[in-house]
Amino acid sequence: MWNSRRLVLAHFWVAFVGFGGALLLGEWQMYVRSPLAAWIGDPELYYRSVTAHGTTMAYVMPTLVAMGFGYFVTEQALKRPMIGLRWAWLGWALAVVGTISAIVPVALGRASVLYTFYPPLVGNAFYYIGLVLVVVGSWIWVALMSANLYRWKRDNPGAPVPFPMFATVAGSYLWGWTAVGAALEILFQIIPVALGLRDTIDAGLARVLFSWTLHAIVYFWLMPTYIAYYTIVPRAIGGRLFSDTMGRISFASFLVVAMPIGIHHAFEDPEVGAGFKYLHSVFTALVTVPTLLTVFTICASVEIAGRLRGGKGVLGWLAALPWRNPAMLGLALSFVMLGFGGAGGIINMSYQLDATIHNTQWVTGHFHLIFAGAIVIMYFVIAYDIWPHLTGRALDGLGLMRAQLWLWCVGMIILTFPWHWVGILGMPRRMAFYDYTDPTIAAQAAPVVMSVVGGAILVVSAALFLFVLLRGQVAPRLAPETYRFSVAVRPPRTVPAALNGLGLWLGLMIALTVVNYGFPIAHAIATRGTAVPAIMVGERR
Amino acid sequence: MTEERVASLRNRWFTISIGGAAATALVGFLVGFLWLPLAQPGERFRSAWDAICSAAGLLHQPSSSEQIVTAGYPMTRVEVFPQMFAGADAVSIGRGATLALRCTMCHGARGLSDAKSPNLAGQYRIAIYKQLADFKSGARASAVMAPLVADLSDADMRDLAAYYAYLPRIANSAAADDPPRIVGSGAPLRGIAPCGACHGEVGHKAGAAWLEGQPMAYLRAQLEAFASGARHNDIDEQMRNVARTMTPQEVDAASRYYAEHP
Repeated sequence: MWNSRRLVLAHFWVAFVGFGGALLLGEWQMYVRSPLAAWIGDPELYYRSVTAHGTTMAYVMPTLVAMGFGYFVTEQALKRPMIGLRWAWLGWALAVVGTISAIVPVALGRASVLYTFYPPLVGNAFYYIGLVLVVVGSWIWVALMSANLYRWKRDNPGAPVPFPMFATVAGSYLWGWTAVGAALEILFQIIPVALGLRDTIDAGLARVLFSWTLHAIVYFWLMPTYIAYYTIVPRAIGGRLFSDTMGRISFASFLVVAMPIGIHHAFEDPEVGAGFKYLHSVFTALVTVPTLLTVFTICASVEIAGRLRGGKGVLGWLAALPWRNPAMLGLALSFVMLGFGGAGGIINMSYQLDATIHNTQWVTGHFHLIFAGAIVIMYFVIAYDIWPHLTGRALDGLGLMRAQLWLWCVGMIILTFPWHWVGILGMPRRMAFYDYTDPTIAAQAAPVVMSVVGGAILVVSAALFLFVLLRGQVAPRLAPETYRFSVAVRPPRTVPAALNGLGLWLGLMIALTVVNYGFPIAHAIATRGTAVPAIMVGERR
Repeated sequence: MTEERVASLRNRWFTISIGGAAATALVGFLVGFLWLPLAQPGERFRSAWDAICSAAGLLHQPSSSEQIVTAGYPMTRVEVFPQMFAGADAVSIGRGATLALRCTMCHGARGLSDAKSPNLAGQYRIAIYKQLADFKSGARASAVMAPLVADLSDADMRDLAAYYAYLPRIANSAAADDPPRIVGSGAPLRGIAPCGACHGEVGHKAGAAWLEGQPMAYLRAQLEAFASGARHNDIDEQMRNVARTMTPQEVDAASRYYAEHP
């Protein structure tokens, strides 16, 4: 029955090897612009590195983790072989070829445009074509998730869809739709310029289209993490999921509110009206609903585990929790980072407050704390949890895993808290060179050095992570028991139709996208004279 | 067992979720498009519809009675974009070579001279064309250049630009040494981008001139003219903003570096 093992492993290995390389680049960037290193003299090298780091970490790594984990969930949750295995391999191959096609021009200095593209900067066409291939590969995954769910529902009419599958398909639909914005930007605006067919580009329209992708992509990255919160952690710590229905409502509401909010990334952009910025701000605030629902449900599930292990009293269950279990530890550290990151995010989504930290290192600190911190630490937990089922070998070293997770959290906090601080002091992001001898910014030197140290701790943590997984590839063989997801306190016998499928939520997602994006996009297209000459990156002298 | 219908007004999941989303959007719209714009002090909307249009991002059309602020001096009228000149055309270069006979006194027979006037050999076409057009329109003032360009047509200026761009640059003989900080890194705290990002060494931007090998006296005089505002034909005040905040030492270092390379 279990025939996608190698497929999932292939996805995870490509993701994690890319992650390791990109992490080294990130730390190098931290170092060369800190007071510890002499200025490298060539900003282009720095932006080359930032582009490779961002492209790998934002597009390649999380997409491959989500795809691989999705295939895993499909077989394990539906308890039958996945259909479309060959298509899945094709999707993987497209992602790999796309990654190589994108990274080569970046390495050659032909596409130092950063992963957010920033038209009117335009780089080598192969960079964008490579990213399109990655997205097309992931769209195959979206289609396969949908097809597998459809077949299962046809064969099991009226039965509740297993929650892990419901959540995974919700995540895939979110990605399918959110990728459309950047795809439109790349296909209709950037690639024609990169191929020399046009020489002007409407940067304002491009930014609006990119914001369509830019925020919901974060929730796509978040999906595997949330799925792990609900379906792996309660089981791994010997507890029960507090509520299956709450989980379904959380994922359904993520589909609805993740999309119509991206313009909060364009608060300072003059081409978008203030009314739409406000509307997007309102919907961004609604993201707290599924987030807080999840925090509540997971805390309640963890409390159940604590009480089942004999914990008593108001807080006594906390001491009874299996803190030596990497899943427990990972969850707790993830929540700490999610809490701080989320609190910072409230500043970013507020139209006026955003102006104080716009384009500063605060923003870099925020998304590293949320994504690289709260989200990625659960990718580690997922890998640790399912690795024996992928390799058919034991995965030893609980102590190493705990050390790795601790280092990741501590390193991430030492990296990002000073970033937030210097952001408040006004340190701009996306700059290659800072002259710390200038008294105006001399005070930022110490926090920046702290960040470099935080980054170095992350490098050690990532090396440990890869070491544990590699060791798991050569460990003695064993026959792992059947994989299990968390069971709810009251396992669902029937589920309301609205929570057993995603049609209603998809409809709302698309409708709200049209309401919140329709006019700004139509207006940008209809306004004449807004295109500017493209600046080709990588042409010297 | 048949599943209940989702898309039905009797399904509470359907009505509550859609109703909730619609109500949120409606309240958001009323606050963001009407209440907040109308509550802003200093905004003078003629009607509620005006406020909605403004919040939606529609462009404000100035009425004919509104004063448009203009500079008190002639500004450049050249629109610069990277692709404004296609490939060089031999006929154009030939015509330019004939026209250039009148320039040789200061700029040398092959675009190079010791007269402390700019070396034009190998200069970018856009840069030459823009300066000629600005001399002609008066956006850039020069008692020497003004009479010489007075009778040049647009085609003449394009031909001259093609000719000088075609001439070979001075061979790069100097050993490559590190540029001074202002050229290689700029002064970020004063908002100064590296000179080299536009003028060669790090990168090139359309409209910016090739500075390597230009006479030091000329480079310094231009930076000082930009700083004082005596020269004002730079697009969007880019060079004036830079030159105003440069220190005398930086002016000296940048001029010397470019003059000595090659």
